Amino acid sequence: MTGTIPLQYFLIISTLMFFTGIYGFLTRKNLITMLMSIELILNSVNINFVAFNRYLYPDNLHGHFFSLIVIAVAAAEAAVAIAIIINIYRNFRSIDVDKVDEMKF
Amino acid sequence: MRHELLLTAIALILLVTDIMLKPSQKPRIIPVAMVLFSIHTIAGFFPAQEGILFGGMFRATPLISMMKNVLNVGVLIILLQSYTWLMKEENRDKMSEYFILMFSTLIGMYFMISSGDFLMFYLGLETATIPMAALAAYTHHQTKSAEAGVKLILSSALSSGILLFGLSLIYGSTGSIYFSDVALFYGTEPMQVLAFLFFFSGMAFKISLVPFHLWTADVYEGSPINVTSYFSVISKGAASFILVLILYKVFFQLIDVWQEVLYIISILTMVVGNLFALRQKNMKRFLAFSSIAQAGFILLGMIAGSQLGMTSVIYFVLVYIFSNLGAFGVVSAIEAATGKINMNDYDGLYITNPKLSLLMMLAMFSLAGIPPVAGFFGKFFLFTSAASAGYYWLVFIAVLNATISLYYYLMVVKAMFINKTETPIATFRSDGMTRAGLILAGLGIVVVGFWSQVYEFINSLSVGLLY
Repeated sequence: MTGTIPLQYFLIISTLMFFTGIYGFLTRKNLITMLMSIELILNSVNINFVAFNRYLYPDNLHGHFFSLIVIAVAAAEAAVAIAIIINIYRNFRSIDVDKVDEMKF
Repeated sequence: MRHELLLTAIALILLVTDIMLKPSQKPRIIPVAMVLFSIHTIAGFFPAQEGILFGGMFRATPLISMMKNVLNVGVLIILLQSYTWLMKEENRDKMSEYFILMFSTLIGMYFMISSGDFLMFYLGLETATIPMAALAAYTHHQTKSAEAGVKLILSSALSSGILLFGLSLIYGSTGSIYFSDVALFYGTEPMQVLAFLFFFSGMAFKISLVPFHLWTADVYEGSPINVTSYFSVISKGAASFILVLILYKVFFQLIDVWQEVLYIISILTMVVGNLFALRQKNMKRFLAFSSIAQAGFILLGMIAGSQLGMTSVIYFVLVYIFSNLGAFGVVSAIEAATGKINMNDYDGLYITNPKLSLLMMLAMFSLAGIPPVAGFFGKFFLFTSAASAGYYWLVFIAVLNATISLYYYLMVVKAMFINKTETPIATFRSDGMTRAGLILAGLGIVVVGFWSQVYEFINSLSVGLLY
C-alpha cells in the first residue's frame, strides 16, 4: 500500500491518546474532566481496533464491530456517570474530587 | 441459555409490575421478586443443554451453569437479608429498582462467565458494572452513598479502559477475538505479554487485588450494606470465575508469565489486605479489607494451573459466599435494627442476642479457616493446589497471613463474647425473611464443609489447562 499512512502512525497516536487519558484521569480534579479522560482512553482503543482491522486483517470485521460496541457502551457509561455526578453536585455542592472526601483511610 | 432467559424475563416482569402498582402497594413487589428468584435458583439446578450459540460467542457447559448456580444461591441469600432494609420508609418508592438493577448486573455476570469471545466478555462485564454503580448510589440523599457511586463508576470505567486497550492489542497480535482462536495464536511475544498485562490489570480492578484495590474500602463503606455484600461476594466471585477460565483456556501458553504475576500480586494482596484490616473499627471497612485479603487467597488457587486449582477456586468462592454472607447478614441485621456499625458496638452482643453472635462466630471462624467449618476446607484445598505445583514459599507466606487474619477475626468474636459493656445492643428479633437468609448462610457454612460430595461434584466438572 504505497501512498497510504502506515499502521505505526495510528498506533503511536492511539498510544499517546491512551496515556494522555490516564494522565488526565490521575491529575484532573474535576469529575467531568476525569470522565472526558476516560472517553479519550476508550477512543484510543477504537482507533487501535479499526486500524488493526483495516491494515492487518481486512478479511474479517471483528475490529469494526468491537469499536461500535465500545462506542455504545461508552455512551451508556457516560449516561450513568453523569447522573451520579449530578447527584454528587446535589449532595456536596461541588464536583471537585478534593471536596468529595468524606471517606478516607 | 436458560439462566439468562429466565432472569431477563423476571427483570422485565418486575419492571412492568412496578409500573402497574400504586405507590401504596409498592411493597408487594418484594414477595413477587423473592418467589420468582427462588424459582429461578431452583430451576438452575436442573441439567441444562450444552452447546455453543451465536457462532461461538456464547458457551454453555455443566461447569459454567454450576458457577451460575453458585452465584444464584448467593444472590438469593442477599435478597432475603435485605428485606428489613428495603421495607424502610425511605426506600418505598424505589424498592423495585433494587431488584431490577441487581438482576441486570447478574445477567451481565452470566454473559461474562458464558462468553466465548472477548466481545461478549466485555459486554457482560459492562452490563455487570454499570448498574452496580447505580446500586452503590442507591440511597442518593446520603453523601456517603453518592460518593461511593462516583468512586465506583470512575474507577471501574478506567479499569475497563485499560482492559480494552489490552484487548485491542490481543486482537492486533492474533487477528481474532474468539477465545479458541486467540489461544491457538497466543505466544510470548513482547506485545502479547504487554496485552496480557493490560488485560490482567483491568481484571485486578474488578477483583480488587492490591495495587488496584484503593476504591474498594470507600465503595464498600458508602454503599448500603446489602449492596456491599453483593459487591464483595457475587461480583468478586463472578470476576474470579471468568479470570480462572480465561487464564486456563486462553492464556495457557503464557503460563510462565501469569504464574509470576499471580505470585507477586497474591502475596501483596494478602499482606496489604490483612495489615489494613487490623486497624479498622467500622465493620463495613473491616469486611472490605478482609475480602481483599481473601482475594489474595483465591489467586493462590489459580496459580497451579491444574484441575485441582480450578476446583479449589470454585469451592473456595462457594464457601466464601456463605461465610461472608453470614458476617454481612449479621452486620446488616444489626444496622437495620439499631443503626450501629462499629466494632465496639458489638461488645456484649452474646448476652443480648446469642443466636446472632453464634452465627457471627461461625462466619468469622470460617473466614479465618478454623477446622470444623467450611472455610478451613476451602483454604486447605487452595493451599494443596499451590503446594502441588511446587509453590512451597507462597503457601508458607499464605499460612502466615491466615494466622494474622485469625487475630482480627477473633477480635470480633472477643468483642461479642468476652468484652463487657453497660450498654450492649438491645435484644431484637429480625423478621422472617432476614432470619431465613441468616439461617441459609449458617447452614451453608456448616454443610459445605462436612458434605464432601459438594467438593467432588465441583471437581468432576473442573478442567485444568488445555495444552
